[in-house]
Amino acid sequence: MSGNGHSEKKDPVLVIVQLSGGNDFMNTLVPYTNGHYFDSRPLVGIPQDEVMPINDTLGFNPAAERLKNLYDAGDVAVIQGIGYPNSSRSHFRGMDIMHTCEPDRISTEGWVAKLIQRLDPDSENPLTGVNIGRGLPRAMAAPGVTATSVGDLDNYGLMPDIQAEEDRNRDLEIFKRMYTPAIGAGMVMDYLRQTGTDSLSGADLLAPVPGMYESSVEYGANPIAKALRDVARIHTAGLGTRVFYTNHIGYDTHSHQPPVHPGLLRDMSGALEDFMTDLREHDAAEEVSILVFTEFGRRMKDNGSGTDHGSGGGAFIVGEHVKGGLYAEYPSLDPKDWLNGEDLYHTIDFRGIYGTMLEQWMGVEPEEIVVGEFEQVHPFEQTMLAN
Amino acid sequence: MSDDQRALVAHLMRRAGAGATPAELDELANRPYADIVEDLINPPPSADADDDLIFRYFPSLANSDTPWPWSARWIYWMVNSESPLREKMALFWHHVFATAWFKSEHGPSMPLHIQMFRDHGLDNMRVLLGELSRDPAMIFWLDNVESVKGAPNENYGRELLELFSMGVGNYTEDDIKAAAYSFTGWTFEQPIPLYPHGGYPSHFVYREDLHDDSEKTFLGQTGNWNGDDIIDIIVQQPATGRFIGRHLYNFFVKDEPGVSAWSVTEPGNPDAVAELASAFAESNGDLRAVMRVLFNAEWFKRERYERVKSPTEWVAGAYKLSGKLNTPQPEMWNLHMTMGAMGQTLMDPPSVEGWHTGKEWIDGGTLMERINFASKLVSDPNTPVVQQLVSRLQELGASSPEDLVDAALDYAGPLVVSDNTREALLEAASAGGDLAYDSDDDREAVGQRAAQALRLVIASPEYQFA
Repeated sequence: MSGNGHSEKKDPVLVIVQLSGGNDFMNTLVPYTNGHYFDSRPLVGIPQDEVMPINDTLGFNPAAERLKNLYDAGDVAVIQGIGYPNSSRSHFRGMDIMHTCEPDRISTEGWVAKLIQRLDPDSENPLTGVNIGRGLPRAMAAPGVTATSVGDLDNYGLMPDIQAEEDRNRDLEIFKRMYTPAIGAGMVMDYLRQTGTDSLSGADLLAPVPGMYESSVEYGANPIAKALRDVARIHTAGLGTRVFYTNHIGYDTHSHQPPVHPGLLRDMSGALEDFMTDLREHDAAEEVSILVFTEFGRRMKDNGSGTDHGSGGGAFIVGEHVKGGLYAEYPSLDPKDWLNGEDLYHTIDFRGIYGTMLEQWMGVEPEEIVVGEFEQVHPFEQTMLAN
Repeated sequence: MSDDQRALVAHLMRRAGAGATPAELDELANRPYADIVEDLINPPPSADADDDLIFRYFPSLANSDTPWPWSARWIYWMVNSESPLREKMALFWHHVFATAWFKSEHGPSMPLHIQMFRDHGLDNMRVLLGELSRDPAMIFWLDNVESVKGAPNENYGRELLELFSMGVGNYTEDDIKAAAYSFTGWTFEQPIPLYPHGGYPSHFVYREDLHDDSEKTFLGQTGNWNGDDIIDIIVQQPATGRFIGRHLYNFFVKDEPGVSAWSVTEPGNPDAVAELASAFAESNGDLRAVMRVLFNAEWFKRERYERVKSPTEWVAGAYKLSGKLNTPQPEMWNLHMTMGAMGQTLMDPPSVEGWHTGKEWIDGGTLMERINFASKLVSDPNTPVVQQLVSRLQELGASSPEDLVDAALDYAGPLVVSDNTREALLEAASAGGDLAYDSDDDREAVGQRAAQALRLVIASPEYQFA
């Protein structure tokens, strides 16, 4: 890691929470006075009297109450109307496009991987980028970039199912020997051994983390709460991680949206508030910004059970240095402004939101990473970057 | 039978299926190699009969909107089918004609799409492309459902040429348009909306009123073409034989760079691809004839452990080895997610370009997922494969740690490993001294050590290759 000479100065940290499947932004921040909304959504619409207003036109879904707590405290920037041009023809590729910033071609380089490469060009720390979850999201994958994926921090590493510690340690020792990089075994074999060796060293660094952590915060018993607690445990252990990534799955609510979607919002909102409280308790909050994003919004009209893929999604930026409020514009709900039948028009490009986090929070030039220049928002009161 | 013959047949069964157990290999290796190939490429017409069993384990197969149980069913058949190549060809075509559940809103259209590959994967290319062009999942995936006279959608026409048959550089934009015009009106009907009613199959319909029946020029041939004419012309093109040949080489023989690089890089073995292309041309697109040439070629027999196993091959191969899948296992429900963590969700490829294969299967996350999954399968000494390994060791009167390592490597392949790997395995195997079978305790100890030896062989870098 690059030393910066000031022990008090903290490097900025980015936590990315992906709401996987396409969060229904319209049912997260509800346009509760808009007739088009209620006309289009007889089944999944949130009744006006249940919404928790933040102004005369918009209010949070009651299930997102704890996100509203953070919003009321001025810690949440809501970015409205996110999308990208021509999303209709390729909305099925939405996730890939959001991961690679390449709407027009297939790329193997994820935007977060490119950020990791800028932060740690020589791959000195296998934990510069950490995904909490299984497998690496495409955003974190790129040739030559090391990132670590932690499915279960308490049982992390190779062969966690071997019960006897002595047996497992012996097996890991053998594994280390089998994967010791050797010259001349062929390009693919060299790469494979290096990857195995990196995985083991990442696991060694993470092994003591659960034992180091204490907190009075009790997170909920759900996947996103568990994931953010793992982020807190690793972050507070001070292992030099600069980018965390995690997925909250289940937002592809084509069917049974009314019983499912509020539960997801409740879990996500609670996890975010608990996470912020936890970081503050450890004096480890100010250097962290959280970007909560999703790959697309959903269609204006419900389908009798849920909502289908659409456009015009939304994101949240959460943190102590965030200037709370609404950013960009809520998409027009007027049927005359709908695209392709019943999609919402986006008002800001998602690559500008990544650019905002990269440039203003992480201090990294965004153009190469997001492939182009895009309008940014300005959601920070101050940042961790030296002026 | 010679050890060479046994290793060759093991190679064939890994590539043409999910591998073979040591007992199966003992039997197969006594037959002429070419006969085994003939059996593989001529599967009996009927599908495997006892699907009822897996439907009983996963009742949601009957009417659901999730690929999860279908992934479990497919892996089950890869391991247990009497016609393993049928499943492997279906997987191959799924790689080439990559279509995904996440843009599928019409009931069980993805499982039916895969079934179509089972039924026609070794058929004539003309028949296969005809079925593909009539497949509701494909018609929706590439927007042919929106392609009508006066407003053709070019998506299917483009991918049919670029990704499904000829490859970039062998046609013009005008050819794409002509193909798109020819497939106008090729659509499907859905009996009942999926939401909230559940999944009922859709079926192909040809809407003459939406078809553009004007004259078109496609690849230099002019006529009043319909979709089947376009397919006929495509199959006659030398480029199609070369492109499909290179795909087959990449999938069955040795890793090639990604498809997007093919128009600018030569195949790793141009002669082999040329041989496959001429088999394709001479047989007029008969895929069975092409596969016969492939499996009997010297270059096929030679290229052992030259491909990184795909997650599907990894999971099916590990189950096959473990001997645990004589009946479906309830935990197979999670395979869809587990394989996703390894980088391959069946029936949900990332895009129409399919998966990036070879070295790109491996990163820190996927490598750990692969090893943890497979090592767990064989870590219990009561696992069938471990029990069989112990019996065989006892039969042979095997007593040294070398014997244990050799037997474990034989079971897992036979796998050839580097000196470095072998020394590491031997060190692990030596920890308990010589093997003994005198008491129950002795045999239990051998079981533990056999499980450990297999687990470490599976974790070796060499086992990542097929």
